[in-house]
Amino acid sequence: MEPITTFTAKIVALPSENIDTDQIIPARFLKTTNKTGLGESLFADWRYNTDGSPNPDFVLNRPDVQGAQVLIAGNNFGCGSSREHAPWALQGYGLKAVVSTYFADIFKNNALKNGLLPITVDEETYHQLVSLFEEEPGTMVTIDLAGQRLVLPDGRKVEFPIDGFSKHCLLNGVDQMGFLMQQEEDIVAYETAHPAAFGTVG
Amino acid sequence: MTQPKTLFEKIWDAHIVRPETADTPAVLYIDMHLVHEVTSPQAFTELRERGLKVRRPERTLATMDHSTPTTPRGLDGLIPIVDTQAAAQLDRLTQNCQDFGIPLYRLGTENQGIVHVIGPEQGLTQPGMTIVCGDSHTSTHGAFGALAFGIGTSEVAHVLATQCLLQSKPHTYAVRVNGQLQPGVSAKDIILAIIAKIGIGGGTGHVFEYMGDAIRALSMEERMTICNMSIEGGARAGMVAPDDTTFEYIAGRPFAPKGAEWEAAVARWRNLPSDEGATYDKEVVLDANELTPMITYGTNPGMGMPINATIPDPAGMRDPSARMALDKALTYMDLRPGTPLLGHPVDVVFVGSCTNSRISDLRLAAGLMRGRKVAPGVRMLVVPGSQQVKRQAEVEGLDQIFKEAGAEWREAGCSMCIAMNGDELRPGQYAVSTSNRNFEGRQGKGGRTFLASPLTAVATAVNGCVTDVREMLAEPVAV
Repeated sequence: MEPITTFTAKIVALPSENIDTDQIIPARFLKTTNKTGLGESLFADWRYNTDGSPNPDFVLNRPDVQGAQVLIAGNNFGCGSSREHAPWALQGYGLKAVVSTYFADIFKNNALKNGLLPITVDEETYHQLVSLFEEEPGTMVTIDLAGQRLVLPDGRKVEFPIDGFSKHCLLNGVDQMGFLMQQEEDIVAYETAHPAAFGTVG
Repeated sequence: MTQPKTLFEKIWDAHIVRPETADTPAVLYIDMHLVHEVTSPQAFTELRERGLKVRRPERTLATMDHSTPTTPRGLDGLIPIVDTQAAAQLDRLTQNCQDFGIPLYRLGTENQGIVHVIGPEQGLTQPGMTIVCGDSHTSTHGAFGALAFGIGTSEVAHVLATQCLLQSKPHTYAVRVNGQLQPGVSAKDIILAIIAKIGIGGGTGHVFEYMGDAIRALSMEERMTICNMSIEGGARAGMVAPDDTTFEYIAGRPFAPKGAEWEAAVARWRNLPSDEGATYDKEVVLDANELTPMITYGTNPGMGMPINATIPDPAGMRDPSARMALDKALTYMDLRPGTPLLGHPVDVVFVGSCTNSRISDLRLAAGLMRGRKVAPGVRMLVVPGSQQVKRQAEVEGLDQIFKEAGAEWREAGCSMCIAMNGDELRPGQYAVSTSNRNFEGRQGKGGRTFLASPLTAVATAVNGCVTDVREMLAEPVAV
């Protein structure tokens, strides 16, 4: 995983609440056995017409949002299924962060493990970002992970929360498996102290 | 004196391999890991790339359910797979299980079925355990007093390799359901009412514990229906404290402890319920006496109402984003505010999914179906949750009741709940479904879903339109 450094990028707003993972990537695209190519299916049922042509009314198809890397979305983003294909599709499209008032638990976990930043902001900041996008398409924001700050075009800095461990992993480009592998001694100790108390499968 | 603990806290504390520190989350031990074809291939790829083994194959069980066909078997006794992409995904699971030594219930074999149906069925799901699966409805297993939750594919790889997960401790949420259910009102109606009350984000960051007289009175399969949809209320896990109902259900199942081990296990499980004086971070209370059959009208499971109510009007909502969401949902559903859903025609009725495909669901559905017919023009699918459920239903003649009524009796799998396998709604069709999600396109692109109980589903299939089952229960039936 590439380390995440401070970046400045164009925003795109999808101001609906409860955008579920079935919208982010419909289940029929989950019959794959790898992580690549999912960006094309991002928001497929909103983004494409029945004949497969782009739906001109959907925001991601507007010429002026091409290249946007920060998605602004309504509360409870990523609710529904546990599919990690959701962050894979968002990243495959080119997004680096999603800003919302709050995220569904499993989606947030999945996003953090892939280096897609879930940025939680207050209602006021969220509405300001949506207005900025609507009034001035092409608006850029800066995301400073080390400082946990989102910097708006007017210079206002908004702090966002992130757990210290995920932040460390993302800043250094290390994944969490490595840390778990280092716990071997504790895992062995636990298994010795807690032999299977139930009939196991094998 | 020690601090009183909740059921959740007892299980959490008992599985800590390494406690949470200021810099790192807790390392939590996982007792059982369930695997299916859709969310596992990329995790096995990661293991291969890193040269890792599966640490505890004997604590891992795989099945095929999501992308599997539910169409009838061929003359060779096998279930034909016509979708080449699905076939490749199923082959990959077979190969992965073979290479890493994981037991697999292959498509069509005697124990295969929906991952959240087979764990309890085999007696693998037991009180006090930690259980995970790359599937958000893993919360189902919480009905046994286990801590069970859905994980992503990166975490599937973590558990395969280390049998552990990195977790921040969630908050606790008491969901109390007092009183007694009225005839025609079921577990599905309880959970739809809870979600309608707290909203689909209401439980975010929390683990539900369902309690109260109405929950105690439920069978294990009804408790599974409720815990199953915890995630639709935003909670990763939902649990019910184990009791004699739990122990009776587990006793004698293939993987249940036997003899002296059984006695020891039950004694241990009796210590799991929350201590007197244990406190929860949040609480909600419902009165079961007041519940009616529930149905959803919108595009998330929180958009639900009593079946005889009228569709809410976005104009009456103060919160602009909620108003916009409802407006968008009603446009998708092509429904008008202020109108009833009762009498609304449907094209399809689906009885199945990890929410409502167990033998008791099918018995309830068949009991109402007996002597009645599916209305002309309505397609009804009955999809048992597992091969075992299917066999049992056939032994009891339930399949005949459904077939004589004009319904399709199919092989076991997730089927039209997730619509990955060809079982899907066509654009614009309406369905009453016993599954768990009514998101846009969930049951097929452009399809429109009303979530309801198996009883409401059968009543609707018979009349061809959304029906209050309580009226049908009052009718005499010619058998």
